[in-house]
Amino acid sequence: MSAVVLEVKGLMKSFGALVAAKDINVNVTADARLSLIGANGAGKTTFVNMVTGYLKPDAGQVLLDGKEITGLPPRRITRAGVCRSFQIPQLCETMTPLDNILVAMGIAGGGGSLFAPAHSTAAIHGAEEVLARFGLESYADQPVNELPGGVRKLIDIAMALASRPRVLLLDEPTSGVSSEEKFPLMDRVMAALEGEKAAVIFVEHDMDIVTRYADRVLAFYSGEIIADDAPDEVLSDPAVQKYVTGTAR
Amino acid sequence: MNQTIRVFGLAALGAAIFIAIGFALPLWLLFTATKAVGFGLIALGIVALMRGGLVSFGQGLYYCVGAYASGLLASRLGVSDIFVLLLVGGFAGGLIAAAISPLIARYRGIFFAMLSMALSMVLYGVLAKVTAIGGSDGFNVPEPTFFGWAPGVESTDLALYVVAIVLAALVAAICRLYFDSGPGLVALASRENELRVEYLGASVFSVTQRNFILSGVLAGLGGALNGFALGHVDPFFSYWTTSGEVVFIAILGGYASTIAVFGAALVVELVRSFSGQYFPESWQLFLGIFLLLVIIFLPRGFGSLWARGAGRRKPAAAKERNS
Repeated sequence: MSAVVLEVKGLMKSFGALVAAKDINVNVTADARLSLIGANGAGKTTFVNMVTGYLKPDAGQVLLDGKEITGLPPRRITRAGVCRSFQIPQLCETMTPLDNILVAMGIAGGGGSLFAPAHSTAAIHGAEEVLARFGLESYADQPVNELPGGVRKLIDIAMALASRPRVLLLDEPTSGVSSEEKFPLMDRVMAALEGEKAAVIFVEHDMDIVTRYADRVLAFYSGEIIADDAPDEVLSDPAVQKYVTGTAR
Repeated sequence: MNQTIRVFGLAALGAAIFIAIGFALPLWLLFTATKAVGFGLIALGIVALMRGGLVSFGQGLYYCVGAYASGLLASRLGVSDIFVLLLVGGFAGGLIAAAISPLIARYRGIFFAMLSMALSMVLYGVLAKVTAIGGSDGFNVPEPTFFGWAPGVESTDLALYVVAIVLAALVAAICRLYFDSGPGLVALASRENELRVEYLGASVFSVTQRNFILSGVLAGLGGALNGFALGHVDPFFSYWTTSGEVVFIAILGGYASTIAVFGAALVVELVRSFSGQYFPESWQLFLGIFLLLVIIFLPRGFGSLWARGAGRRKPAAAKERNS
């Protein structure tokens, strides 16, 4: 069992009368492959948004390697080592995938000198390596806005990974991707993550994806965690079957 | 390092060619070209902002500050060296931009454009009322010296032209290196997707501030240069139509090239001069038609001609891989 890298303690968040997070407590180890499941509005994305700084929690703490990052702006949380991808890929649309990765690597490397070329041979080779890990070499020089949805998803994740995270959060990595593409896409992502010392937390609705790629599952319902265990245990939990998967008899 | 040498080498070569041509040009064209460089400098600052997704309609403020700071230094304190005066103009423009940047860098789109214009009009209003420095008439500035050399009326235009060309080459080279650098690429990314840039760990606010201060320095330099080219400084430097003309030049030049804005500024000055001479009542009409033609046929500005050529030779970033 590896060390805990991310600790979430007593996280609370309300939007008016709607409670989106109610006393959320989670420890994530450095080698975790953790999936967040739950119906729409259950609190999964709110959790991701609070951990990554998009939302400020009403109460509670988020600690990375024991240091508090609660409520910091997203850029400082990213610099601390928590990176994310988005349900709708957030890319620089008219730029190429190579340039998108160069931007991510450049920022992760401290931004670079004001007069050192962004397209140096070393930087390009580094970016090409990242693209190659995701099988995106052939798209390197095409404008992003001309690429298919699955490729855009991979670029989004590749950008997050290029920042060398300690914790990587993937918000619905397979949403908007055809059912035939889902497993190849996740295979690519997991293969690319091999060897990275990053805990991976992914929000997912497809239980086949969850059982194949997660080693632990958190089930959300109405802002609370109703189950936290190995995939088989969670998916056979009656409460999860009733409120999340809808398979209860 | 190779790129730095190449960019400065090209800039030196270009400057040498234009300086040589200058010796054969008539005085009126030297004056027009010098003024065009002044406007090109401000337009290059707007290009820096455009690369970050912003357009300022108030660069006249920093242009005016640069002109007044250097003009007052020359006329009131007797400092005459053009290089010192240009430095003071650029510094003054940058200083004011730095002071304003924490406020203005929070705004985007039309709010940024309108706030920048409002600030420039505030300066216009203040200067027009301050009679100690000429009020709405402004004041004349003395002819500058060049490292202690006073060339006299006949040669001042040529000397100022040479300085303008060297300045344009130097600034274009520095901006080229900056635009092609990592932080320059992040500025482009900010224009495309601010959310993503923040989630990669960079501050879009800082990127905007940096580009804004750079644009202030360039406008200040342009103001100082044009103040001495015209021999006169007045509050109209800060008027919104002055800022609007420079946005016009920046759009004509486009943001792909750092040289194109100087070409665009020269073309605008020439169109203005000729149409003003032959059609004094309707020169704006010709300028408008000219802009329409450029927008239709070169929507990304003159600089896209360079970029297209470069694109054919070496596709995008792949150029480095193949070199």
